[in-house]
Amino acid sequence: MDEMQEVIKNYVIKEYVEDDTELTCDSALISGGIVDSFSMVSLKRFLENKYKISIPDDRATPEAFDSVNKICALVKEFVK
Amino acid sequence: MAYNDKTRGMYSEILSGLKSAGLYKQERYIHSAQAADIEVEFPAGAPLKNVINICANNYLGMSSHPEVVKAAHAGLDSHGYGMSSVRFICGTQDIHRTLEQMVTKFLGTEDTILFPSCMDANAGVFEAVLTKDDVMISDRLVHASIIDGIRLCSAMHDTFKHSDMEHLEEKLQLHNDKRLKMVITDGVFSMDGDTARLDKMVELCEKYDALLFVDDSHSSGFIGKTGRGTHELCGVMGKIDIITTTFGKGLGGASGGCVSGRRELVEMCRQKARPYLFSNTIAPPVVSGVIKVLEILSASTDRRDKLEKNTEFWRKGLTEAGLIIKAGDTPIVPVMLFNAKLAQDVSRDLYDEGIYAIGFFFPVVPQGQARIRTQISAGHEIHHLEKALDAFKKVGKKYDILGKSKQEIIDRYGM
Repeated sequence: MDEMQEVIKNYVIKEYVEDDTELTCDSALISGGIVDSFSMVSLKRFLENKYKISIPDDRATPEAFDSVNKICALVKEFVK
Repeated sequence: MAYNDKTRGMYSEILSGLKSAGLYKQERYIHSAQAADIEVEFPAGAPLKNVINICANNYLGMSSHPEVVKAAHAGLDSHGYGMSSVRFICGTQDIHRTLEQMVTKFLGTEDTILFPSCMDANAGVFEAVLTKDDVMISDRLVHASIIDGIRLCSAMHDTFKHSDMEHLEEKLQLHNDKRLKMVITDGVFSMDGDTARLDKMVELCEKYDALLFVDDSHSSGFIGKTGRGTHELCGVMGKIDIITTTFGKGLGGASGGCVSGRRELVEMCRQKARPYLFSNTIAPPVVSGVIKVLEILSASTDRRDKLEKNTEFWRKGLTEAGLIIKAGDTPIVPVMLFNAKLAQDVSRDLYDEGIYAIGFFFPVVPQGQARIRTQISAGHEIHHLEKALDAFKKVGKKYDILGKSKQEIIDRYGM
């Protein structure tokens, strides 16, 4: 697991997981009911602040945020 | 497109899916007025059965109070049946403004606007006062009507973990760059019966310059020393920017709701809230009934005091019987059964014993947290509660859940 995966995974666990659900980098976050679509806002803001990027709203879709790995792929597109 | 066989078949399939998933809702027909003792037809066509109702939002027993019924009759005679108009065309009577002023005084706010329901109040208020430059930060367990209102508003939306004040503070810091921040919560949460920490929330809102919104539908009339609501209980009257509440529960039980709070925010609703602008307001007989309810509750705290005693008796009785209830001191008392089928079976058996209480399970409550939600009323006498306790003990014994821990119940019946 690279550093970005670890940072994002830890954030998701801290922010959204309220029981002992185990999370992998491929766990379905939105479609799996771990992150509700409303709460994606804070995830997007966290990523933008952490990596000093701006993710356009039309790219911050439930599909693009559906796993730690997918989020990493999205973030890497915008990190200079 | 014609409503052809294919379309009919598509909907039939969806409805069958709900039935097989155990999510199909069936109404029970009550042939009497709403009260502690009711006459029920269930299933449809079955002979009428006299049962004790412990699942109504009739917290203060006002739904069929003779003085309220009399006032509604008088309102019907003096002001007619309906208005045939929205408020701002020709649908506002003197009694509508009287009720708004009475609610303002009762809740200790600056002004109030009536809505056809609290669902409508919640659907309209956010869009009326916030824009895309703002953020709404809501508790993760707020009522469905708030979620709908949030969806209709262009402001950004974020959530905080249920009643977690540290998490709320993090979110207020995260969104500190927004023009306006609004923290959104229920006063009493309808499924668990717990109370929002409004004192702490007011403190945080003052620290981070945020607005505070509270839906007090399950509180107005009976929570707090004189029944004003959770803001009275938490010692923050006058510090909540927006309170929404309903007249469909403790305050008479008929229908209608309102937004009460800061003068300018209420005025924004009067100018912009779509359910207010495009729907008739509360019908005259109901307005007259609610005015009487507020007169009764302002004159005496007898009914909320009785509700408090009944609640205490009920919570103690269930605990001593060995049932697991959600901690708290509100009249919403969930009896935890964890397993959905067990909740349905216990509800059915209670009905056979003459007690009307409904099982709630996923998706209404989280998976593995199925329950019977009981709701106590000032309309209950101790003999009603004793009979209901006896039924819970008998049914609890049948399913061997008395004195059992959560784990023991789950081991036997599953989540």
